[in-house]
Amino acid sequence: MTKEFKRNSGRKVDEIRPMTAKVGIIPNADGSALFSFGDTIAIAAVYGPKKMHPQHQQNPEKGTLRCNYNMISFSVEDRIRPGPNRRSTEISKITEWALEPILMIDKYPNMVIDVHIQILQASASTRCAGINAAAMALAHAGIPMKDLVSSVSIGKLDKQLVLDVDKYEDSVFDEGEGSTDIPITMTPKGDLTHIQVDGHISKEQLKEAIEMAKKATKEIYALQKKALKAIGEN
Amino acid sequence: METSRLTGERIKQYLAQGKRFDERKPEEFRKLEIEIGVSKNAEGSARVKLGNTDVIVGVKMDVTEPYPDSLEKGILMVTAELSPISSTRFENGPPKFPAIELARIIDRGIRESKVIETEKLCIKKGEKVWNIFIDIYPINADGNLIDAAGIGAMVALKNAKMPKYDEKEEKVIFGENTTKNLPLAKDLVIPITFYKIGEEFIVDPTQEEEDVSEARITIGSANGIISSVQKGGQEAIKEEEMIKVLDTVEKVWKDMFKNIEKFLK
Amino acid sequence: MAEENQRKIVIPGETIFKGNDYLPGEGTEKRGEEIVALKFGLAEESNRLVKIIPLSGAYSPRRGNVVIGRVENITFNGWVIDIEIADRAFLSLIEVPRFVNKNDMDEIMDIGENVIAKIFSINQRGIDLTIKGRGLGKIEEGLIIKINPNKVPRVIGKEGSMIKMIKDETGCNITVGQNGLIWIRGDKIEDELYAKKAILFVSEKSFIKGLTEELKKWFEKKEK
Repeated sequence: MTKEFKRNSGRKVDEIRPMTAKVGIIPNADGSALFSFGDTIAIAAVYGPKKMHPQHQQNPEKGTLRCNYNMISFSVEDRIRPGPNRRSTEISKITEWALEPILMIDKYPNMVIDVHIQILQASASTRCAGINAAAMALAHAGIPMKDLVSSVSIGKLDKQLVLDVDKYEDSVFDEGEGSTDIPITMTPKGDLTHIQVDGHISKEQLKEAIEMAKKATKEIYALQKKALKAIGEN
Repeated sequence: METSRLTGERIKQYLAQGKRFDERKPEEFRKLEIEIGVSKNAEGSARVKLGNTDVIVGVKMDVTEPYPDSLEKGILMVTAELSPISSTRFENGPPKFPAIELARIIDRGIRESKVIETEKLCIKKGEKVWNIFIDIYPINADGNLIDAAGIGAMVALKNAKMPKYDEKEEKVIFGENTTKNLPLAKDLVIPITFYKIGEEFIVDPTQEEEDVSEARITIGSANGIISSVQKGGQEAIKEEEMIKVLDTVEKVWKDMFKNIEKFLK
Repeated sequence: MAEENQRKIVIPGETIFKGNDYLPGEGTEKRGEEIVALKFGLAEESNRLVKIIPLSGAYSPRRGNVVIGRVENITFNGWVIDIEIADRAFLSLIEVPRFVNKNDMDEIMDIGENVIAKIFSINQRGIDLTIKGRGLGKIEEGLIIKINPNKVPRVIGKEGSMIKMIKDETGCNITVGQNGLIWIRGDKIEDELYAKKAILFVSEKSFIKGLTEELKKWFEKKEK
């Protein structure tokens, strides 16, 4: 693995795209936030805790987290027909699983916390941006949480591991072993709440990827924290 | 929160004195903010804020077969998705009436005014024409989604660039836009919606005000030429009221146009 | 303890204090030797007890709370009241301070009308309300506004000082519901809107120090 690996964008292998994080962007919501990795922009709104409808989905033992991830039709080059699709349905569930371990919603039986994520502009790593926005929005909404979570994608381009995959790297790069996408979500302590691998990778490199994510999520966490604390300054 | 009956009474009483809670005049809009090109993968896009109402509109294009009754004209399709991200009043799922109505009102204003020169969107008569999609997404709903969406649609159209079309491969090359604008008439066709509360009419209501209104009338116009009118709501509008609205719309449009122009520079 | 340390904004998972000197209060937990925040808000320490004052989030109903709600439904023996939380609250016939004819319940209070009530019991079934008591009952007219329930203590102020200032300066009758709904009644609509503005000012600046002074200055500026 040479340090001279050239990324299409000119970034270093361990360089994340410029990120932005902002809290409180949707006044109607109980909590809301925006998060971006370069050209990938996600917004999230949290409504709840409130009574769960439909009633048969109520859990009498604890609260329910319900996430909905959606890419707006013009967030990508090839327009997406409005409405849910299999990919957004899967990512919605994965987002729930990435967030649930840190939530303390035992004391909200029969209630639901709705998290709505919309991708306004997509250039890969959309689920990671969505999770980052959702974590901030949940905190903003005053939901009791053990910690935040931070999410980033690691890519393997041919044999090289890179941080924060962009659109080119995700869909165009095709040299050697091709492109492998590894989105990872972690707590600041390094607990994994979400990991996926799409591609072709050895055990050693996957371990390395996780280490890389650990470092990167620290940087992301610092930004999320800053955005939440800046709330007084809006 | 649903607007309480009490507050509704106060809104009506105050309006009977010609006053509104936020000190606006009945024909006055909230602070307008427009951001152009907010979504890069769209051929054109805009984010419009009227007070706390926040809407994002995008223009996407594609090439398709024309309709059999207009073989040389491009196609327009307007969609609105009222997502619960913007308000507790919306639910996920297939579009319900408010989303359909919103899209159709915006569609009507643009289509009937012929602000899009659809004959210039023909690539090959009878076989290939450009299809314009205008998609509307509220981000925060605080009243008057119609006008905010209408402004957004117009601005997104104005700032849109034609994508590249590969004649040989017969497909659109997305991500490589030309510098050509869409074939649009000069005018800015904007919907202005008048909401009836008691015996008074206001424009650009907050959600509270909109909850209390019993009828509304949307007029799509540019420079005094009206291209679309749509009445909504359960109450009737008297003839004198209708005339008053028609007399007022041109001035309101002019003020709005001046405001929008600032952002288009 | 320096003023600066007494109130700082913390996020979930953040360590507020290290050391065994402190005790974990509401919204915090002890992890090893650290007091860690479990909610987003202002960390406050007093007498070694560390707690979080939330800046946002839902209302947690408590017995004795005065709340403002809207009649959602009328049943055979009472009114179902929406107090803007997940659980519905119920006002029984017998908790009204006068005889109620079961056929005239909608005359007492109809669907859509607003009421000031007190929570007298919270149990498995839900929340039970009463309007027996001073200042409780149906609201005839005025303005109802909503603020974040976490801001209510600030709007009321220490021993009611903040809300008293607002009442005096605007000449309005104001009842602040713990659920964040507030009723304002004045002689003129202008007065009611003035009170609304003052309340929103306090609510938006709820996390700054010296808020009472700030409000005083705000009123002085408005007088000019």
